[in-house]
Amino acid sequence: MDAFATPFTPVASLIGGVLIGAAAVLLMLVHGRIAGATGILTGFFAPEDRDDWRWRAAMLAGMATAPIFYLVVAGGMPALSVPVPPLALAVGGLIVGFGVVFGGGCTSGHGVCGMARLSRRSIAATLSFMAATFVTVFVVRHVLGG
Amino acid sequence: MRVLSAYLIGLLFGIGIVLSGMGDPAKVLNFFDLAGSWDPSLIFVMGGALVTTFLGYRFVLKRPAPLFGVGFKIPGKTEIDARLLGGSALFGVGWGIAGFCPGGALPMLGTGDHRVALFVGACLVGIFAARQLSRRLPGAGAAKA
Repeated sequence: MDAFATPFTPVASLIGGVLIGAAAVLLMLVHGRIAGATGILTGFFAPEDRDDWRWRAAMLAGMATAPIFYLVVAGGMPALSVPVPPLALAVGGLIVGFGVVFGGGCTSGHGVCGMARLSRRSIAATLSFMAATFVTVFVVRHVLGG
Repeated sequence: MRVLSAYLIGLLFGIGIVLSGMGDPAKVLNFFDLAGSWDPSLIFVMGGALVTTFLGYRFVLKRPAPLFGVGFKIPGKTEIDARLLGGSALFGVGWGIAGFCPGGALPMLGTGDHRVALFVGACLVGIFAARQLSRRLPGAGAAKA
Protein backbone atom coordinates (compact mmCIF):
# COMPACT_ATOMS: atom_id res chain seq x y z
CA MET A 1 0.00 0.00 0.00
CA ASP A 2 2.95 2.33 0.53
CA ALA A 3 3.45 2.60 -3.22
CA PHE A 4 0.17 4.53 -3.35
CA ALA A 5 0.80 6.84 -0.38
CA THR A 6 0.37 10.62 -0.74
CA PRO A 7 1.35 13.25 1.86
CA PHE A 8 -1.37 14.63 4.18
CA THR A 9 -1.75 18.33 3.24
CA PRO A 10 -4.44 19.84 5.49
CA VAL A 11 -3.33 23.48 5.08
CA ALA A 12 -2.94 23.50 1.28
CA SER A 13 -6.17 21.52 0.93
CA LEU A 14 -8.07 23.88 3.22
CA ILE A 15 -6.79 26.97 1.36
CA GLY A 16 -7.63 25.29 -1.95
CA GLY A 17 -11.12 24.49 -0.69
CA VAL A 18 -11.68 28.10 0.43
CA LEU A 19 -10.60 29.33 -3.03
CA ILE A 20 -12.98 26.88 -4.74
CA GLY A 21 -15.75 28.21 -2.48
CA ALA A 22 -14.77 31.83 -3.18
CA ALA A 23 -14.97 31.13 -6.93
CA ALA A 24 -18.42 29.56 -6.47
CA VAL A 25 -19.63 32.62 -4.51
CA LEU A 26 -18.21 35.05 -7.08
CA LEU A 27 -19.78 33.15 -9.99
CA MET A 28 -23.16 33.47 -8.28
CA LEU A 29 -22.61 37.15 -7.41
CA VAL A 30 -21.36 38.18 -10.84
CA HIS A 31 -23.10 35.79 -13.24
CA GLY A 32 -25.89 34.29 -11.14
CA ARG A 33 -24.71 30.77 -11.90
CA ILE A 34 -24.01 27.57 -10.00
CA ALA A 35 -20.32 26.64 -10.23
CA GLY A 36 -20.86 23.07 -11.38
CA ALA A 37 -18.00 21.87 -13.56
CA THR A 38 -20.11 19.49 -15.66
CA GLY A 39 -22.85 22.06 -16.12
CA ILE A 40 -20.37 24.66 -17.35
CA LEU A 41 -18.66 22.15 -19.65
CA THR A 42 -21.89 20.70 -21.08
CA GLY A 43 -23.30 24.17 -21.69
CA PHE A 44 -20.20 25.19 -23.61
CA PHE A 45 -20.88 22.44 -26.15
CA ALA A 46 -24.67 22.86 -25.99
CA PRO A 47 -25.19 26.58 -25.20
CA GLU A 48 -28.55 27.90 -23.99
CA ASP A 49 -28.53 30.81 -26.42
CA ARG A 50 -26.26 32.49 -28.96
CA ASP A 51 -23.90 34.21 -26.51
CA ASP A 52 -24.09 31.69 -23.68
CA TRP A 53 -20.90 29.89 -24.73
CA ARG A 54 -18.73 32.97 -24.18
CA TRP A 55 -18.63 33.10 -20.38
CA ARG A 56 -18.35 29.31 -20.30
CA ALA A 57 -15.35 29.33 -22.66
CA ALA A 58 -13.74 32.09 -20.58
CA MET A 59 -14.28 30.18 -17.36
CA LEU A 60 -12.91 26.93 -18.80
CA ALA A 61 -9.88 28.83 -20.14
CA GLY A 62 -9.35 30.39 -16.71
CA MET A 63 -9.46 26.95 -15.09
CA ALA A 64 -6.90 25.54 -17.52
CA THR A 65 -4.60 28.53 -16.89
CA ALA A 66 -4.31 27.58 -13.21
CA PRO A 67 -1.48 25.01 -13.57
CA ILE A 68 0.51 27.54 -15.62
CA PHE A 69 -0.10 30.22 -12.97
CA TYR A 70 1.06 27.68 -10.37
CA LEU A 71 4.15 26.90 -12.47
CA VAL A 72 5.11 30.58 -12.60
CA VAL A 73 4.54 31.19 -8.87
CA ALA A 74 5.74 27.89 -7.39
CA GLY A 75 8.36 27.02 -9.99
CA GLY A 76 6.91 23.64 -10.98
CA MET A 77 3.78 21.98 -12.31
CA PRO A 78 1.28 20.83 -9.64
CA ALA A 79 1.47 17.22 -8.45
CA LEU A 80 -0.26 14.89 -10.87
CA SER A 81 0.09 11.16 -10.48
CA VAL A 82 -2.36 8.83 -12.12
CA PRO A 83 -2.22 5.41 -10.45
CA VAL A 84 -4.65 3.84 -12.94
CA PRO A 85 -4.17 2.62 -16.54
CA PRO A 86 -5.54 4.54 -19.57
CA LEU A 87 -8.40 2.06 -19.91
CA ALA A 88 -9.60 2.99 -16.41
CA LEU A 89 -9.49 6.69 -17.34
CA ALA A 90 -11.56 6.04 -20.48
CA VAL A 91 -14.10 3.74 -18.81
CA GLY A 92 -14.26 5.88 -15.65
CA GLY A 93 -14.72 9.02 -17.76
CA LEU A 94 -17.58 7.47 -19.74
CA ILE A 95 -19.34 6.36 -16.55
CA VAL A 96 -18.80 9.78 -14.96
CA GLY A 97 -20.34 11.40 -18.05
CA PHE A 98 -23.41 9.16 -17.87
CA GLY A 99 -23.72 9.62 -14.13
CA VAL A 100 -23.63 13.41 -14.13
CA VAL A 101 -26.37 13.68 -16.75
CA PHE A 102 -28.78 11.41 -14.86
CA GLY A 103 -27.65 12.58 -11.42
CA GLY A 104 -27.82 16.23 -12.46
CA GLY A 105 -24.41 17.28 -11.16
CA CYS A 106 -20.99 16.39 -9.84
CA THR A 107 -18.74 17.15 -6.90
CA SER A 108 -18.74 20.90 -7.49
CA GLY A 109 -22.40 21.31 -8.49
CA HIS A 110 -24.04 19.02 -5.91
CA GLY A 111 -21.23 18.57 -3.38
CA VAL A 112 -20.27 22.23 -2.97
CA CYS A 113 -22.90 24.56 -4.45
CA GLY A 114 -26.00 22.42 -3.82
CA MET A 115 -25.00 21.35 -0.31
CA ALA A 116 -24.17 25.00 0.51
CA ARG A 117 -27.77 25.91 -0.44
CA LEU A 118 -28.89 23.05 1.84
CA SER A 119 -30.66 21.49 -1.16
CA ARG A 120 -32.08 18.12 -0.10
CA ARG A 121 -31.55 16.82 -3.62
CA SER A 122 -27.88 17.76 -3.59
CA ILE A 123 -27.32 16.32 -0.12
CA ALA A 124 -28.90 13.02 -1.27
CA ALA A 125 -26.85 13.04 -4.49
CA THR A 126 -23.62 13.75 -2.62
CA LEU A 127 -24.25 10.96 -0.10
CA SER A 128 -25.01 8.62 -3.01
CA PHE A 129 -21.87 9.36 -5.01
CA MET A 130 -19.54 9.48 -2.01
CA ALA A 131 -20.79 6.06 -0.86
CA ALA A 132 -20.42 4.67 -4.39
CA THR A 133 -16.88 6.02 -4.68
CA PHE A 134 -15.81 4.53 -1.34
CA VAL A 135 -17.21 1.14 -2.38
CA THR A 136 -15.67 1.31 -5.86
CA VAL A 137 -12.19 2.17 -4.58
CA PHE A 138 -12.43 -0.61 -2.01
CA VAL A 139 -13.46 -3.13 -4.66
CA VAL A 140 -10.83 -2.02 -7.19
CA ARG A 141 -7.95 -1.90 -4.71
CA HIS A 142 -8.75 -4.62 -2.21
CA VAL A 143 -11.08 -7.11 -3.91
CA LEU A 144 -9.87 -7.04 -7.50
CA GLY A 145 -6.42 -6.12 -6.23
CA GLY A 146 -5.83 -3.32 -8.77
CA MET B 1 -16.23 42.52 -18.49
CA ARG B 2 -18.44 39.42 -18.49
CA VAL B 3 -15.82 37.37 -20.26
CA LEU B 4 -12.91 38.75 -18.23
CA SER B 5 -14.71 38.16 -14.92
CA ALA B 6 -15.60 34.60 -15.95
CA TYR B 7 -11.97 34.01 -16.89
CA LEU B 8 -10.71 35.25 -13.51
CA ILE B 9 -13.32 33.25 -11.59
CA GLY B 10 -12.28 30.17 -13.57
CA LEU B 11 -8.65 30.88 -12.71
CA LEU B 12 -9.51 31.21 -9.01
CA PHE B 13 -11.46 27.94 -9.11
CA GLY B 14 -8.54 26.26 -10.91
CA ILE B 15 -5.96 27.51 -8.41
CA GLY B 16 -8.19 26.15 -5.65
CA ILE B 17 -8.32 22.75 -7.38
CA VAL B 18 -4.55 22.72 -7.94
CA LEU B 19 -3.68 23.71 -4.34
CA SER B 20 -6.24 21.40 -2.80
CA GLY B 21 -5.11 18.24 -4.60
CA MET B 22 -8.58 17.57 -6.11
CA GLY B 23 -6.96 17.36 -9.55
CA ASP B 24 -4.47 14.68 -8.49
CA PRO B 25 -6.03 11.20 -8.85
CA ALA B 26 -3.47 9.60 -6.51
CA LYS B 27 -4.61 11.92 -3.73
CA VAL B 28 -8.31 11.62 -4.52
CA LEU B 29 -8.23 7.81 -4.63
CA ASN B 30 -6.30 7.74 -1.36
CA PHE B 31 -9.04 9.76 0.31
CA PHE B 32 -11.48 7.00 -0.60
CA ASP B 33 -9.08 4.18 0.31
CA LEU B 34 -9.94 3.83 3.98
CA ALA B 35 -8.62 0.27 4.05
CA GLY B 36 -5.29 1.21 2.46
CA SER B 37 -3.13 4.31 2.06
CA TRP B 38 -5.76 6.71 3.46
CA ASP B 39 -5.08 10.44 3.00
CA PRO B 40 -7.77 12.55 4.74
CA SER B 41 -6.74 15.83 3.01
CA LEU B 42 -9.92 16.03 0.93
CA ILE B 43 -12.04 16.50 4.05
CA PHE B 44 -10.33 19.89 4.34
CA VAL B 45 -11.09 20.74 0.70
CA MET B 46 -14.76 19.89 1.12
CA GLY B 47 -14.95 21.68 4.48
CA GLY B 48 -13.26 24.86 3.24
CA ALA B 49 -15.31 24.99 0.05
CA LEU B 50 -18.63 24.25 1.77
CA VAL B 51 -18.28 26.75 4.62
CA THR B 52 -17.09 29.50 2.25
CA THR B 53 -19.90 28.87 -0.23
CA PHE B 54 -22.55 28.55 2.49
CA LEU B 55 -21.55 31.89 4.05
CA GLY B 56 -21.05 33.67 0.70
CA TYR B 57 -24.37 32.50 -0.77
CA ARG B 58 -26.21 33.87 2.27
CA PHE B 59 -25.12 37.37 1.32
CA VAL B 60 -25.19 37.02 -2.47
CA LEU B 61 -28.66 35.45 -2.68
CA LYS B 62 -30.18 38.33 -0.66
CA ARG B 63 -29.50 40.59 -3.64
CA PRO B 64 -32.28 41.07 -6.18
CA ALA B 65 -30.04 40.00 -9.08
CA PRO B 66 -26.45 39.15 -10.00
CA LEU B 67 -24.17 41.92 -11.33
CA PHE B 68 -24.67 40.65 -14.88
CA GLY B 69 -27.90 39.07 -16.01
CA VAL B 70 -31.47 39.29 -14.85
CA GLY B 71 -31.69 36.64 -12.16
CA PHE B 72 -30.00 33.84 -10.30
CA LYS B 73 -30.18 30.50 -12.09
CA ILE B 74 -30.81 28.11 -9.24
CA PRO B 75 -32.13 24.57 -9.82
CA GLY B 76 -35.74 24.40 -8.66
CA LYS B 77 -36.18 20.63 -8.53
CA THR B 78 -36.80 19.09 -5.14
CA GLU B 79 -37.70 15.45 -5.79
CA ILE B 80 -35.29 12.76 -4.69
CA ASP B 81 -35.83 9.92 -7.14
CA ALA B 82 -34.11 6.87 -8.56
CA ARG B 83 -32.74 8.93 -11.43
CA LEU B 84 -30.94 11.31 -9.04
CA LEU B 85 -29.64 8.59 -6.73
CA GLY B 86 -28.77 6.12 -9.49
CA GLY B 87 -27.07 8.72 -11.67
CA SER B 88 -25.08 10.00 -8.71
CA ALA B 89 -24.07 6.46 -7.69
CA LEU B 90 -22.93 5.85 -11.29
CA PHE B 91 -20.91 9.07 -11.11
CA GLY B 92 -19.28 7.79 -7.92
CA VAL B 93 -18.35 4.48 -9.58
CA GLY B 94 -16.67 6.35 -12.45
CA TRP B 95 -14.89 8.70 -10.03
CA GLY B 96 -13.62 5.71 -8.08
CA ILE B 97 -12.36 3.97 -11.24
CA ALA B 98 -10.64 6.99 -12.82
CA GLY B 99 -9.72 9.12 -9.79
CA PHE B 100 -10.72 12.27 -11.65
CA CYS B 101 -13.97 14.18 -11.29
CA PRO B 102 -14.82 16.86 -13.89
CA GLY B 103 -14.05 19.83 -11.59
CA GLY B 104 -10.73 18.27 -10.70
CA ALA B 105 -9.79 17.35 -14.26
CA LEU B 106 -10.73 20.51 -16.18
CA PRO B 107 -8.08 22.78 -14.57
CA MET B 108 -5.48 20.00 -14.89
CA LEU B 109 -5.96 20.08 -18.69
CA GLY B 110 -3.60 23.06 -18.44
CA THR B 111 -0.72 20.75 -17.46
CA GLY B 112 -0.85 19.38 -21.01
CA ASP B 113 -0.91 15.82 -19.66
CA HIS B 114 -2.62 13.54 -22.20
CA ARG B 115 -4.18 11.37 -19.44
CA VAL B 116 -6.28 14.33 -18.29
CA ALA B 117 -7.42 14.90 -21.85
CA LEU B 118 -8.31 11.21 -22.20
CA PHE B 119 -10.52 11.40 -19.10
CA VAL B 120 -12.22 14.66 -20.16
CA GLY B 121 -12.77 13.34 -23.70
CA ALA B 122 -14.35 10.13 -22.37
CA CYS B 123 -16.47 12.22 -20.02
CA LEU B 124 -17.81 14.31 -22.90
CA VAL B 125 -18.66 11.18 -24.91
CA GLY B 126 -20.53 9.88 -21.85
CA ILE B 127 -22.35 13.18 -21.30
CA PHE B 128 -23.62 13.49 -24.86
CA ALA B 129 -24.49 9.81 -25.19
CA ALA B 130 -26.44 10.05 -21.93
CA ARG B 131 -28.24 13.19 -23.12
CA GLN B 132 -29.37 11.37 -26.26
CA LEU B 133 -30.52 8.38 -24.22
CA SER B 134 -32.17 10.62 -21.64
CA ARG B 135 -34.35 12.29 -24.28
CA ARG B 136 -35.70 8.89 -25.32
CA LEU B 137 -36.56 7.75 -21.84
CA PRO B 138 -40.23 8.16 -20.91
CA GLY B 139 -41.24 10.76 -18.35
CA ALA B 140 -38.00 12.67 -18.20
CA GLY B 141 -36.99 15.86 -19.94
CA ALA B 142 -33.43 16.49 -21.10
CA ALA B 143 -31.29 16.45 -18.00
CA LYS B 144 -28.95 19.26 -17.25
CA ALA B 145 -25.72 18.38 -15.54
